[in-house]
Amino acid sequence: MTRILHNPLVEQVRGFLIGNRAHRGIVFNAALYALLIAIGFVYLQPLLFMFVNSLKSPEDLLNPMVQWVPTELYLGNYVRSFRVLNYPETILSSMLVSLVPSLLQTFVASLVGYGLARYRFWGKPLVFALLLITFIIPPQNTVISQMLTYRNLGLLGSPLALILPALLGQGYRSAIFILIFYQSFTTLPKVLEESARLDGATDLYIFLTIAVPSALPAYIVSFIFSTVWYWNETFLTSIFLEGGVTTLPMQLSRFSQAYENLYPPGVVNIFERLNEAVKMSGTFLNILPLLVMYFVLQRWFVESIEMTGITGE
Amino acid sequence: MNWRRFFPREISLRAREALYGYGFILLWVIGFLLFALIPLTETFRFSLNQVAVTATEINLDFVEWANYSRALLTDPNFIELLIGYAVETLVSVPIVLIFAMIIALFLNLKFPLKSLFRVIFFLPIVITSGPVIRELTAQGAASAPGISTIPAVVEFLTQLPRALRSPVEYLLTSFILILWFSGVQILIYLASLQKIDKSIYEAAAMDGASSWEIFWKIILPALSGVTIVNAIYTIVILSHFSENKVIRYIYDQTYDVRGGIGYASAMAFIYFGVMLAILVTVYLLLTRWGKRNTK
Repeated sequence: MTRILHNPLVEQVRGFLIGNRAHRGIVFNAALYALLIAIGFVYLQPLLFMFVNSLKSPEDLLNPMVQWVPTELYLGNYVRSFRVLNYPETILSSMLVSLVPSLLQTFVASLVGYGLARYRFWGKPLVFALLLITFIIPPQNTVISQMLTYRNLGLLGSPLALILPALLGQGYRSAIFILIFYQSFTTLPKVLEESARLDGATDLYIFLTIAVPSALPAYIVSFIFSTVWYWNETFLTSIFLEGGVTTLPMQLSRFSQAYENLYPPGVVNIFERLNEAVKMSGTFLNILPLLVMYFVLQRWFVESIEMTGITGE
Repeated sequence: MNWRRFFPREISLRAREALYGYGFILLWVIGFLLFALIPLTETFRFSLNQVAVTATEINLDFVEWANYSRALLTDPNFIELLIGYAVETLVSVPIVLIFAMIIALFLNLKFPLKSLFRVIFFLPIVITSGPVIRELTAQGAASAPGISTIPAVVEFLTQLPRALRSPVEYLLTSFILILWFSGVQILIYLASLQKIDKSIYEAAAMDGASSWEIFWKIILPALSGVTIVNAIYTIVILSHFSENKVIRYIYDQTYDVRGGIGYASAMAFIYFGVMLAILVTVYLLLTRWGKRNTK
């Protein structure tokens, strides 16, 4: 038995099929791909379901034979949800309330991260503890009082209500970005800083000319994640921006209501009534800008952690 | 003679460094006071009062702990939602962690098309938002395909005691969406997998360790620290998610005539307490597990 198992030919076949220490065999690889494809399919199933259903005409929806392949390419749902979402306008305001706070948040987080990473001062552990706390506190524990303050200042409904906290390092999930910058600035060699200081450079100048360029990946990653998170945030926006700016997710969350305003159920014919296909097309239009951004910038998501040098500890 | 000149200078250098350090974090300190500490204490004050908001002013009527006792003792919905939240979170966290770890282990291997699979598994990071999740769940697109409609499963569910049924039902109807919360965690696991020194694997293989043993004896202990980070992240993100039923209830009560800001604030603090309890429990469990693993 052992002689058969150790026969070179048998070992070669076994190596080819199952693999050995040097490489993986074909069976192992096939199993790996099968598993990854299966998991990937289940993982993306809600997305596929949404996309397929958004293309179904009212007839297809009623037809139980039509599951995954619509009988025709029906774009009527998109035409209507485009109008209901007020697409061009809500996309612009979504961009405004996600890009501007993200830009400020990223810059301020980098300042704070730099201060924590490069300077010795009393109370640093306290600052880290408070950072963790600001990350943990549920937003509803602070949002009501903030909302009342904004109301007094007349800022409710204005993008400033989101911009001000971002400017003061308290934007959405700011603590994470501060830690990202802290990590990437601690690895910066001290020599650069010291030689610049000997040449008479000020601290701010050192930060802007030496530290910022060296941490460019951290800036890009933080800015992208920040933008995505601000874009998808609906709890704060629905409280602070209510009655003012309407973002795309906000409009989606009152989709049914908005639809019935535009297409009153008693007036339009049965094919124009609100159905799940229209809702799915609205949802798809909602994530479309993010999908485009993701596929253009995917390298920055996929390799973000390696690029920012976060150790995870 | 010399030290007198040296000493003050040393102090001033350190003081200078500290001063600049504070300068860099100044914005954050102001922000912390204005947007975290003051609102938090203010909300706590609201929770001890009956709050009436008029167009021009806010009237407070001190009621001691009445809002808290109302939430905990008389409100029939709140406690039930709170228990549901705790159970769902405790069910979701291990699923997210295990799934993220498995996918990270896969993506850590070298194989063609790897970048394609990476793109697939990180996609939900970009699209997971409250309204999108709500629409998908409403259309039944979020359940593990087919399982929840199988008659045997439905039959099985009706046999279960009520306390067990809701988490199982939650699992079946939202399984994929639970997985959707693992994008960032996969990234974090992947980063720490890539930091494991390759020579350790080689040394273990030389000693005749199988991949199975390598996983349990080398990889898992190396991931125990980052597992705690991931667990905390998962709990916080799930607890802050705007579709969370407790959060929605608190939000609705804020504008409700019978509820009001005082009552909503009290509930927010109770919710915060439960969330902290979950965080501490999971943290303690994982640190104990980590210690046992590294021994």
